[in-house]
Amino acid sequence: MEHVFTDENFEAEVLGSQAPVFVDFWAPWCGPCKVMSPMVAAIAGELGGRVTVGTMNVDESGKTPQAYGIMSIPTFILFKEGKEVARVSGSMEQDRLKAWIEERL
Amino acid sequence: MRNLIIIGSGPAGWTAAVYAARANLSPLLFEGNEPGGQLMTTTDVENFPGFPEGVMGPDLMKLFKDQAKRFGTEIIQEPVTAVRCESDGSFTVTAKGIDYQAKTVILSTGATARRIGLESEKALYGKGVSACATCDGFFFKDKAVVVVGGGDSAMEEANFLTRFASSVTIVHRRDAFRASKIMQERTLKNPKIQVIWNSEVSEILGVDAGRVTGVRLKSTVDGTEKEMPIDGVFAAIGHVPNADLAKALEVDMDEKGYVKTIPGTAKTNIAGLFACGDLQDAHYRQAITAAGSGCMAALDAERYLSANA
Repeated sequence: MEHVFTDENFEAEVLGSQAPVFVDFWAPWCGPCKVMSPMVAAIAGELGGRVTVGTMNVDESGKTPQAYGIMSIPTFILFKEGKEVARVSGSMEQDRLKAWIEERL
Repeated sequence: MRNLIIIGSGPAGWTAAVYAARANLSPLLFEGNEPGGQLMTTTDVENFPGFPEGVMGPDLMKLFKDQAKRFGTEIIQEPVTAVRCESDGSFTVTAKGIDYQAKTVILSTGATARRIGLESEKALYGKGVSACATCDGFFFKDKAVVVVGGGDSAMEEANFLTRFASSVTIVHRRDAFRASKIMQERTLKNPKIQVIWNSEVSEILGVDAGRVTGVRLKSTVDGTEKEMPIDGVFAAIGHVPNADLAKALEVDMDEKGYVKTIPGTAKTNIAGLFACGDLQDAHYRQAITAAGSGCMAALDAERYLSANA
């Protein structure tokens, strides 16, 4: 199950989370983001329990992407204990993205 | 054994699928690494007939896919890792370690945007270097950006980026654009766009800072260099055909790596193997010509199957 992160809940639900959190920064006008969205949803189902998976619409929430210097979407960031531990930009295959997350959990 | 496998999911691949599915060939289509192809990173498509108000690239590709699905195209999302010819003239297509057999194959693997080819470009990807103006333009609000190139895509990107950026500088290695008249006019009239002629980007600056801070420009006339502060770099300098699978099959290709088809057909030099879309088109490279050649490939495959039944 995917979470929806916003500027308002980011601190509590991402930075304050006990579990690792994977955030997909996306926007509705971004073609590659749309390609990745269903894959991220599938990964959320497969890795549920080990990592919290969620999305942030950069069009609706601008402060967080700016604070993290995001200049390209889709960008995926993995957070642990309130800190960014890794990020990757651009579309990729579902298995590769899933492996990217698993290697870092 | 299947009748037909289609590799690639741009306008060519989906059109081939629509025609093949309607001809009851039960095609299997592999979407590959970049589902939807190059149109997925395009905003307004103004020249696809039937859409007088224009259509968004990703929306158009969804319509292509929906139409292919409606007639029963089987779709696999995985990228194909290998294709080989068997001694009986059939083909084996491998994806994710699984082999699929078919009597005919249509290659529609398209082309990919060419990169400038600098180490700094790689290092700063996602940090000011972008491969998708429509995705990332938003992040360059009130910033200065460079667009490299002189064709229609460079003009489109430059004009699109003026919605966000404070200034857009086109860097072009010649003294004239090869873009269409209408795009050139639109570009040169845009007050936010300036052009630096006869120059190429020899370095992107900012690797140590972790974000693009400038570019070094080299004159193509006298080789002199100068630096220019900038926040973003977008390249639209042409395409390279995605020809790895074709190469492994030893299909006839031209010197630029485009697959050769027999003029007026989608046939390659290998019987039962067809090519369409940008993979075999160095000249037009339009969504509509790709779709047209996809139709040709499906009809050629259908004829081949009935002649060799």
